[in-house]
Amino acid sequence: MKSMLKACVSMLTAVAVSSALSGVAVAQEALKEIGKGEGQVDIVAWPGYIERGETDKNFDWVTSFEKETGCKVNVKTAATSDEMVTLMNQGGFDLVTASGDASLRLVAGKKVQPINTALIKDWASIDDRLKDAPWHTVDGVHYGVPYQWGPNVLAYNAKVFPEAPKSWSVVFEEQNLPDGKSNKGRVQAFDGPIYVADAALYLMKKKPELGIKNPYELNKDQFAAAIELLSKQRQLVGRYWHDAMVQIDDFKNEGVVASSSWPFQVNLLQADKAVMEKTPIASTVPEEGATGWADTTMLHAEAPHPNCAYMWMNHSISAKLQGDLAAWFGSVPAVPAACKGNMLLTDTGCATNGFDNFEKIWFWRTPTAKCEAEGGCIPYSQWDKEYRKVMGQ
Amino acid sequence: MTAAVARPGSDFFFRRPGLLTLIFLLPPLLWIGIVYLGSLFALLLQSFYSLDEFSGLVLHEFTLSTYGHLLEYSNFAILLRTVLMAAAVTIASAILAFPIAYYAARYARGWSKALFYLAVMMPLWSSYLVKVYAWKLILAKEGIVTWVANQLYLGWLLDAVLALPTVGGPSLSISYIGTFIVFVYIWLPYMILPTQAALERVPKTLIEASADLGATPGQTFRTVILPLALPGIVAGSIFTFSLTLGDYIIPQIIGNSRPFIGSTVYALQGTAGDIPLAAAFTVVPIVIMGIYLVVARRMGAFDAL
Repeated sequence: MKSMLKACVSMLTAVAVSSALSGVAVAQEALKEIGKGEGQVDIVAWPGYIERGETDKNFDWVTSFEKETGCKVNVKTAATSDEMVTLMNQGGFDLVTASGDASLRLVAGKKVQPINTALIKDWASIDDRLKDAPWHTVDGVHYGVPYQWGPNVLAYNAKVFPEAPKSWSVVFEEQNLPDGKSNKGRVQAFDGPIYVADAALYLMKKKPELGIKNPYELNKDQFAAAIELLSKQRQLVGRYWHDAMVQIDDFKNEGVVASSSWPFQVNLLQADKAVMEKTPIASTVPEEGATGWADTTMLHAEAPHPNCAYMWMNHSISAKLQGDLAAWFGSVPAVPAACKGNMLLTDTGCATNGFDNFEKIWFWRTPTAKCEAEGGCIPYSQWDKEYRKVMGQ
Repeated sequence: MTAAVARPGSDFFFRRPGLLTLIFLLPPLLWIGIVYLGSLFALLLQSFYSLDEFSGLVLHEFTLSTYGHLLEYSNFAILLRTVLMAAAVTIASAILAFPIAYYAARYARGWSKALFYLAVMMPLWSSYLVKVYAWKLILAKEGIVTWVANQLYLGWLLDAVLALPTVGGPSLSISYIGTFIVFVYIWLPYMILPTQAALERVPKTLIEASADLGATPGQTFRTVILPLALPGIVAGSIFTFSLTLGDYIIPQIIGNSRPFIGSTVYALQGTAGDIPLAAAFTVVPIVIMGIYLVVARRMGAFDAL
């Protein structure tokens, strides 16, 4: 038995060592030209991001691609940015639709390779605001092709708020809402450490003396102030939202009247007439601005099918796909041309989903210890730890 | 005629009975050793590493600091919350299960016994997630429970219950009471079945003898039936207690988002990438259940399974 234990331990060590070694990726040059397709491409994506018409046959941007290129598309969905990073670290995938709180971690971990923009035919059509965005461009090198973006809006019940709330204070500070009742137990917050940035964003306006310049770069005092605000918020929040569908149900059946949310939930709620009669939900970006996400299709450093991957990246910014996806997901296209003439999105769709709010949005980024704020910053692991403490209060 | 005529090698295994046994046992032994115990050891090993706070990488050096983190107030509160919930769920399950099991064991015959088994087992046939989401709707603020309470002019009672400190909340589905109700619902069959098995084995003659000797029904219950059925209840409590300790889905869907051991482990390994602390958290239920099983064994619970 003893020798068996030893064997087990040595085997485990071997596994640990080999996985540690494979983590050291060699710095790579970008591809020079797109060759023949390898027959498939494996993508890690958010649920709903890559549709092949299985949920609703109007929303299909995979079948035509497969027919044209002969590259079969395999999708592995991931529910959180952290899950995406884990999957990419494990390897075996070609592409990932990474948000800003994952993309820089992937670049820093050398899990993704630079993109040769000359091989992306429609690169020029990409929104100028996104072309050199800091969440995928490091030292002037592009590590991906922008895919979609959107704001974390303030969703509210229009029966309770005849006018859109002007400030995030309705979810952060105890107060009586326009219907005369307190907001206690009637608001929600996002169940993820990145939500600390929402608190910091609110404090940027509310307490200028803290000197917060960027909600993702918080020094010790600024971070403590954000956590204090969130602790107070804990008393108001019945349940934190994690699953978009559960939040939709909470708006319908739990008397939730205001919460940070995604256009996705708002669109789904508004599409249901019966719901809109009882609990009319609308959304706004308050005066403090909002946090948001901007996703980038990134190529794995050791992608097994780089040619098919480049073909997909080319396909991913076609106006038709971008418009259809924006209509499906409630997001904003990375290609402004997609906003016109798309049947599913309609010509007002981009504005509804937040196209003009770009300047007001602080896009998700991974907080790191290195930053420009005074005295260094609080890293993400601390955000996570402290936020879990808040939720447990 | 001698054995030399037989084909050479045909008695190979006969002469070495140990070898044959080894060949038969090797696959399950390898399974237990590598897949089962191996993963447990890997887990234990991880819990002695720690996470570097700044880089967020796991330091592969032996340390007890990860276990030290468990004793921090916020983490300890998670352990305490989970154990209290598991204990409450177990006690409530036992109280609810006993009369049901008693009826089934002593009175139900023929079709009513079949109906009993069907009623107890049927919830186990449908998906766990479907049941939990259904309960979310039942307990919601605009759900059936509130509606019925208002129809019966008992809305004030529901409000009074929800106004209780700590266990209350804005609605049943956003409170510890809701989490508790759903836990009890989900794990109740695991308590009923062993209790019923134990009660079936209480000899009728003993109960009659007890009555003949002048014991009141209450005395018979306390001194004869309950002690003999206890191993079954303890066996059931092993299930309800350990299942509640480890569950991570119910507290995420029903309740007030305050973390339990299961949901913390889920968040630690997924969101935070803090595998060492996740492993240390996982060791806690293992230890608790180890102690629990030793005590349960003393009480004869394993004879009742």
